[in-house]
Amino acid sequence: MLKIIVLAKQVPDTHNVGPEAMTPEGTVNRAALPTVFNPEDLNALEQALRLKEQVPGSTITMLTMGLPKAAEVLREGVYRGADEGILLTDRALGGADTLATSYSLAQAIRKVGDYDIILCGRQAIDGDTAQVGPQVAEKLGLPQITYTEEILSCENGKIVARRHIDGGVETVEGPLPIVVTVNGSAAPCRVRNVKRVMANKHKEFTTWGAADIDADPMQIGKAGSPTNVKTVKSIVFKAKETKQLTASDEDINNLMKELIESNTIG
Amino acid sequence: MNNVFVYIEIGEQNKVADVSLELLTKGRKLATQLGVELECICIGSKLDGIETQVMPYGVDKVHVFDDARLFPYTSLPHTAAVVNLFKEENPQICLMGATVIGRDLGPRVSSALHSGLTADCTQLEIDGFDMKVKEGDTFVEKHYDNQLMQIRPAFGGSIIATIVNPEHRPQMATVRDGVMKKEILDVNYKGQVIKHNPADYIDDAAYVVKVLERHVEEAKHNLKGANIVVAGGYGVGSKEGFEQLFQLAHELHAEVGASRAAVDAGWVDHDRQIGQTGVTVRPKVYIACGISGAIQHIAGMKESGIIISINNDPNAPINQIADYNIQGNIEEVVPKLIKYYKANSK
Repeated sequence: MLKIIVLAKQVPDTHNVGPEAMTPEGTVNRAALPTVFNPEDLNALEQALRLKEQVPGSTITMLTMGLPKAAEVLREGVYRGADEGILLTDRALGGADTLATSYSLAQAIRKVGDYDIILCGRQAIDGDTAQVGPQVAEKLGLPQITYTEEILSCENGKIVARRHIDGGVETVEGPLPIVVTVNGSAAPCRVRNVKRVMANKHKEFTTWGAADIDADPMQIGKAGSPTNVKTVKSIVFKAKETKQLTASDEDINNLMKELIESNTIG
Repeated sequence: MNNVFVYIEIGEQNKVADVSLELLTKGRKLATQLGVELECICIGSKLDGIETQVMPYGVDKVHVFDDARLFPYTSLPHTAAVVNLFKEENPQICLMGATVIGRDLGPRVSSALHSGLTADCTQLEIDGFDMKVKEGDTFVEKHYDNQLMQIRPAFGGSIIATIVNPEHRPQMATVRDGVMKKEILDVNYKGQVIKHNPADYIDDAAYVVKVLERHVEEAKHNLKGANIVVAGGYGVGSKEGFEQLFQLAHELHAEVGASRAAVDAGWVDHDRQIGQTGVTVRPKVYIACGISGAIQHIAGMKESGIIISINNDPNAPINQIADYNIQGNIEEVVPKLIKYYKANSK
């Protein structure tokens, strides 16, 4: 029996910035973006669900930190097959960078106490940092397997996984307990189970604040964050002088002639 | 003490990764500006002579950890070597590649040392600034000199943030392959090689994760270094459509790149993706075929010299940053480019 914790994050959907989220000045209005279940956390959940199928009696607990609304990802996880959910929410935890976030998550995991595998997405699409998984592992003193594409087996206290590396793949073996971060190229997550949706529409989730996880005030929120955002500049798409051409032979031949004569190509 | 450190990524046959040499080039400039030394850390197996690959970039000290178990890379032993060395050396800046290894190692090191880490920086500069900090119950304005400005796109490339971590050391940053320029400072640059005993830094218990099997291929293309890039997006329409782009690229001695949409559609390999979560390119000529120009894509190609957009959508965002916008269908325009070039190239 495996005790699995899946870390999930509710994020603004930065992968699908539509025209409705663009301001007249050509910048992105982040508040106008809908929130989604961080895509790679869904890949992680799928790996957890597969382990649960392979090892009967295993349990999956979802853990998220965020605003009370973030409980939506817990519910979505339970609809797809997770057993329980824990929401970590507290104003004192807000304004956290990746390090303060991972400390808070690590404290919550310590409070859960009994775990074999901590699974999470490689990175979240709102920051693309890929830091929280390894930072949690370091805080808990656990080994890690990052960029995982598939968990191949989990038996006798050892996990074997295939992971992406630059220019290839490798298969690694590590001891439990362990932190595993899952790549977007891993199997997509199964859809909601109708029966689970019916049964869990009003499921209550455990909610913890900073005091519940015995957090050191100097390691959470803004105070616990070594990094500070000094300035933020919105990107503005500045229109260049663009030469408009048609697909006619004349326009194309003239362009190519110009590029060849100026030694730009050729 | 308080020097600039670069973690050196060592690949097959002990070849130092380009991204590490790019970071040494940047690190040398930062160290010179700060009036400190540039040091680097080489962790691997059979590393005799490794210094010859890095010294020409202006490295003053090369720290070497040599043990058969240190290659291929695994998280815990490399973390232990870096963390314990940093406890002795107190660097003020540490740079790593935003590669699979750097993104596995960097967060662990920062977590162990409680130092700030900024991922995927596109610019690094030294500057001073004022910031309000909490002292007791009040906020006071404090001035900081000689800080590392860590500049990175955020929110899918829609904003550029400058990150600082004035109260914690080292200031850590990762940078993607190809974002910084690699430049030899002096082929005869003489630094010092310091060979450490790995056992003094790494507990045997750290070697818990075993690499059972490993398969690495040499890169099939040189997209990053190409002078001309022919890139295709969703508007290319099919795998066959990409064949045309490969033909054009072949004629122009160019490389083929793609947008995320085309990669997700399965028309072209993932390693050809250009953009914030793919490769950053800055070719002389960028030919964008059927690419609408999502901000994530533009983040990875906007430094290109001449941008030619071929698109039948006059409102595609990429047209705004293009020097030439050919309004038309890919399957009509691309063969015409090939035909003219074949007939008229020098």
